[in-house]
Amino acid sequence: MNWISNYVRPKINSLFSRREVPENLWTKCSECGTMLFHRELADNLMVCTNCDHHMAITPRERFASLFDGGVYTEVKVPAPVTDPLHFKDQKRYPDRMKAAQKSTGEEEAMLVAEGEIGRTPIVAAAQDFSFMGGSMGMYVGNAIIAAAQRAVKLKRPLVLFSAAGGARMQEGILSLMQMPRTTVAVQMLKEAGLPYIVVLTHPTTGGVTASYAMLGDVHIAEPNALICFAGPRVIEQTIREKLPEGFQRAEYLLDHGMLDRVTHRSQMRAELITLTRMLTGLPPEVKGDLPPPSIGPDAETAPELPAAVENAEPAKAGAKTAGDAAAAKPVTAKSAKPAADAKDKGTAK
Amino acid sequence: MQNYLEFEKPLAEIEGKAEELRAMARANSEMDVEKEAAALDAKADKMLRELYAELTPWRKCQVARHPNRPHCMDYVNRLFTDFMPLAGDRNFADDHAVIGGLARLEDRPVMVIGHEKGHDTKTRIERNFGMARPEGYRKAIRLMDLADRFRLPVVTLVDTPGAYPGKGAEERGQSEAIARSTERCLSIGVPLVSVIIGEGGSGGAVAFATADRLVMLEHSIYSVISPEGCASILWKDAEKMREAAEALRLTAQDLKALGVIDRIVKEPVGGAQRARDAAIDAVGRSIVELLEELSGKDGKALRDARRQKFLDMGSKGLAA
Ligand SMILES: [Zn+2]
Repeated sequence: MNWISNYVRPKINSLFSRREVPENLWTKCSECGTMLFHRELADNLMVCTNCDHHMAITPRERFASLFDGGVYTEVKVPAPVTDPLHFKDQKRYPDRMKAAQKSTGEEEAMLVAEGEIGRTPIVAAAQDFSFMGGSMGMYVGNAIIAAAQRAVKLKRPLVLFSAAGGARMQEGILSLMQMPRTTVAVQMLKEAGLPYIVVLTHPTTGGVTASYAMLGDVHIAEPNALICFAGPRVIEQTIREKLPEGFQRAEYLLDHGMLDRVTHRSQMRAELITLTRMLTGLPPEVKGDLPPPSIGPDAETAPELPAAVENAEPAKAGAKTAGDAAAAKPVTAKSAKPAADAKDKGTAK
Repeated sequence: MQNYLEFEKPLAEIEGKAEELRAMARANSEMDVEKEAAALDAKADKMLRELYAELTPWRKCQVARHPNRPHCMDYVNRLFTDFMPLAGDRNFADDHAVIGGLARLEDRPVMVIGHEKGHDTKTRIERNFGMARPEGYRKAIRLMDLADRFRLPVVTLVDTPGAYPGKGAEERGQSEAIARSTERCLSIGVPLVSVIIGEGGSGGAVAFATADRLVMLEHSIYSVISPEGCASILWKDAEKMREAAEALRLTAQDLKALGVIDRIVKEPVGGAQRARDAAIDAVGRSIVELLEELSGKDGKALRDARRQKFLDMGSKGLAA
């Protein structure tokens, strides 16, 4: 990373993102009911400043706070067939998609990016609960496969943030087939000897939990996240009894041995840096490390970064609105190049 | 005693009438009813053919769940010899919803694993209606490992409404168990042939059906969610299951068109429940053929091809 992208760019980015966040917006905490000033909430990573409740955070907001200086490059995801089943319930599936795209400003329910955290090169994927409940369909499957392939190509760890109600029913059996497909993606990472870290966020349920979210080398969850296969309501209907307090919440799963850690969002980045550096044999992170312009890239901490990525324009950090989609396009196109070059469309090793 | 499905009611009437006539004739030797009864038989036969020629997706769901449909143990008993059940996950329990063990198929040793639903009240409860707990998937993982180590092909028979949604099942890691079972399906270096003989219910089915070759019986189903569940979520009305069954494309025919399954095994007229042995034998022939097709390939070639098959899956949708 050069000085421009590491230092100047974030400042520009933060100017942009500030402008996009409505100044006078208040959000009510769904847990304690406190009215929170949006700017303050965003600065606190969408964690309630009163009760510590972890609210949903979009992939872009998460990446902006995760990557060094908020700088990352999007990894292009191959577009799947639109509406493969010609699915229609009370609405047509393409209409539901359009509505979700309009309200989120995103193409689909997962964002994949590459960049550095604490000067540690990683690939990250984050599921977007605001996009049709984060549901896993062909696109999410393609995104995870693209993320794994990119990580293998760059020899980097993959950090995946899960958040989904499960499989996308409108893609029927093809959504179910993302369970084996994403499992193949995890196998690519394992066979390449690369760490695969899953951060389970609220909620992670159904076929998502029963595939890539439970196959990590390390499982970290955000506090109080609902993590399950069958939802609590379905279970209560089946067994006809009340479930215990905190059932299927992150702390409960930690107690039952399904997770390695439950970590507050404010500590997540630091833990991910520590973990990925140890698992990839890098020396401890130098805190507050920001090289002066003259030093340039550090060969030791960023060994796998190819020139093509180095020169790619970093994605704009912060929330992206619908109207901004066009502005972000060139970034996507540019960052797409390295991924598109890898035309080995998922040959399992 | 035939169990009739709701849509088979007109058929039940005709077959019932024929049966009644013959019963009367048995009681009274003076009566000659055979001609009349035979006419009813012919009528019933025609109706049966017509009904089953064009089953709607929802009717297929009912057939797939038919209580008289042959279940996993029926296949094991008829198709395999020397069946040696192997129990337990070595961690917690033996799950009776999943059977597994060594057996011979035409003298060749294989590992057979499947969901068993049970055939009467007692066995249904014992088998938990074919809904596996984590121990069932962990037993399957253990048996797949065993097969892999001793170079034995694996045959899985899928018939489950889904994984069991229970408190203990969740506490003991239902998700993790399913994920690992699917992962093991994708990593073993021996042939894996799977047949959906009834219901392929969501993740609970995927954990066994992630195979080199996936076969479905003509009237079986494979779906991300039950039509009732889908209807209650998307239509906010569980009674819209007919519409949901239609929309989900859960029939063997649609899944073949989508490239999700490799082969459809035709069922006897009126479904597997009417001619159980014939249905089981047809499945047996398919398994033998597919294992033959896969034999001789080394572990890596099998694994690579299996993974590629899933990576490529879904690249085309249904024709417009
Ligand atoms: Zn609060």
